[in-house]
Amino acid sequence: MQLTGAEIVVRCLLEEGVRVVFGYPGGAALYIYDEMHKQEERLTHFLVRHEQGALHAADGYARVTGEVGVALVTSGPGATNAVTGLATAYMDSIPILCISAQVPVPLIGNDAFQEVDTVGITRSCTKHNYLVRDVRDLARVLREAFYIAKSGRPGPVLVDIPKDVSNTLCEYTPPDGDVTIRSYRPTIKGHMRQIRRAVEMLQAAKRPLLYTGGGVVLANASKGLQQLTRTLNLPITNTLMGLGSFPATDGRFIGMLGMHGTYEANMAVSHCDLLVAIGARFDDRVTGKVADFATQAKIIHIDVDPTSISKNVRVDLPIVGDVRAVLEQINALIQEENCAEKQEDILRWWEQIEAWRAKNCLHFTQDDRVIESQYVIQTLCNLTRGQAIISTDVGQHQMWAAQFYEFQYPRHWLTSGGLGTMGYGLPAAIGAQVARPNKPVIVITGDGSIQMNIQELGTCLQYRLPVKIVILNNGFLGMVRQWQEFFYNKRYAQTDLEIAPDFVKLAEAYGALGLRTDRPDEVESILRQGLEHPGTVLMDFRVRREANVYPMVPAGKALNEMLLGELL
Amino acid sequence: MRHIISVLVENEAGVLSRVAGLFSARGFNVESLTVAPVGTGETSRITLVTAGDGPIIEQILKQLNKLVPVIQVTDLSDSPHVGRELLLVKVLTEAGHPERGGRQEVLNIVQIFQARVVDATPGSLIIEVTGSADKLDACLALLEPYGVADMVRTGQVALARGSRK
Repeated sequence: MQLTGAEIVVRCLLEEGVRVVFGYPGGAALYIYDEMHKQEERLTHFLVRHEQGALHAADGYARVTGEVGVALVTSGPGATNAVTGLATAYMDSIPILCISAQVPVPLIGNDAFQEVDTVGITRSCTKHNYLVRDVRDLARVLREAFYIAKSGRPGPVLVDIPKDVSNTLCEYTPPDGDVTIRSYRPTIKGHMRQIRRAVEMLQAAKRPLLYTGGGVVLANASKGLQQLTRTLNLPITNTLMGLGSFPATDGRFIGMLGMHGTYEANMAVSHCDLLVAIGARFDDRVTGKVADFATQAKIIHIDVDPTSISKNVRVDLPIVGDVRAVLEQINALIQEENCAEKQEDILRWWEQIEAWRAKNCLHFTQDDRVIESQYVIQTLCNLTRGQAIISTDVGQHQMWAAQFYEFQYPRHWLTSGGLGTMGYGLPAAIGAQVARPNKPVIVITGDGSIQMNIQELGTCLQYRLPVKIVILNNGFLGMVRQWQEFFYNKRYAQTDLEIAPDFVKLAEAYGALGLRTDRPDEVESILRQGLEHPGTVLMDFRVRREANVYPMVPAGKALNEMLLGELL
Repeated sequence: MRHIISVLVENEAGVLSRVAGLFSARGFNVESLTVAPVGTGETSRITLVTAGDGPIIEQILKQLNKLVPVIQVTDLSDSPHVGRELLLVKVLTEAGHPERGGRQEVLNIVQIFQARVVDATPGSLIIEVTGSADKLDACLALLEPYGVADMVRTGQVALARGSRK
């Protein structure tokens, strides 16, 4: 059967089960868009307002569903605008396929209109990328791209398709069997000898601690993690990316660790004698000063990506494999050997942790004059019973959301953890709402971050997406201001956003509902009103201008050198 | 410590820039790098010489393995291997230029190092030397006083000794 390149693109997307594409058209992408238009009943395209939004929307879709999110952009500026979205997904290991159009093959390298070296630019922010110069390679490349994006440690893959390739006829062969790439074979199962040693170490530990990250979410390993934690009654801390993989309301959960982690989590890391890292990568925001990280502990590290192991911190027992498969192996062995009964008594360890927890390090006071950001998030959590899908931007609001929203399930927390991309929240929420039309999807953001992709309100309205936006508006780039307060003697260089739009009017200009308050006693009613409204809502909360996120481990300090709030 | 790393890759567009980009992006050091197709031309062999302590080399090997078109990565320094490098050096000689060194003396050096003369004009010789990097350095040191006009080195290539692949 003869098909054009554009027809092959649409057919391959449908074969992979894709139903949704986020994108923005342009000259070089016209054939592909024309074909998508013909098949719009089977493949829905969401028109964003900026290509960065398309990538973040595909990213949000992928984080919520676990499927590969798909974005489509044109050549040149379309591709360069996509770069931040690709880098965001790459740092957080999110499976995305980005199709970028390219100028026709004969023009490549001639500085043609809207030409950039897309594969060159995106090489270091994608898991892999391709330039398809021959239409006969197109179907194979697209299939490989999906396979690479979602297997092993997931990540974004870009396929660059020149305009003439999308308009050339070629014989099309449907897929036969699974994709195999001889140079790419991720490890799935953990080595049985290593598993056995891990179980022995867990059994013998007097002060064990689980430290788990985004890998648990990506591998859909939450069930296995919960089984392990409960069987051995282990304390568990999550990284920013790992929130939701273990319910925050379970007593075994001791909060997030790291720079803005809880006192109990950071103290537990500093004092444990066995640290089990699962799908986490010892990021500098987690470890603080590496030389003083978990100095009393033997470390077990389970990760699908061998490069993550012993990259920042030397580990005693590496286990390379899919987190879900490895946890199943460990749980099976624990059951088989009846480990729970032979386990060392960890009661004293729990008593110590409870003593640390009693410090109540996240304590804050809400008076009746100025709204505290923490109070808004806490109230939001209560009203939604921790069940909403939350996306954030980057800064203080992000850390407060991580600390105060009590996540119950994985794939409900969308945040740019690795790259720290401001402007991520709203478009990611769009992707999430498209994937889960009946779930509450809430963006927690700041007055700085929201302005980085606020144009996506247009997308929300165009597709009637009932995304709720909660702005914690302090008129500052709050996190940078906090660093300036602590470490630069309160010299607030360029962090005071003196002029901001009237967010309520802005929301109304787009056709959304805008709400605002600066009164603590109105926070709950505004949130209720916003959540109950059937359409897109923007809520502008005027919060305390100069509040700080505590606890805080200053960059380069050890985890047990936390700064606690003024009240503690 | 110096390591010779042999990387078998798919012979496709962009693969060299993936490898080179990895080294620059992660701040790994590269002393030399050679690349050419091997076998039927579907694959290429990249030989890299790098330096670093144990953990750095471990990361280099893992990061190389992680690149999609990389088929196999071997650290040849782990075990016995044969390493060779080729040097082409252009030496200026006396003919018409009495201030320059003696042609016969240069030819003696060529003999000592089992090198070959591959081009000769009245005023110059191009000499081809193969061997270890040390041998090339030694040969160059002896030739330099005679007037080295230009030179090129390939960087090291290597294979493991014995039947090991």
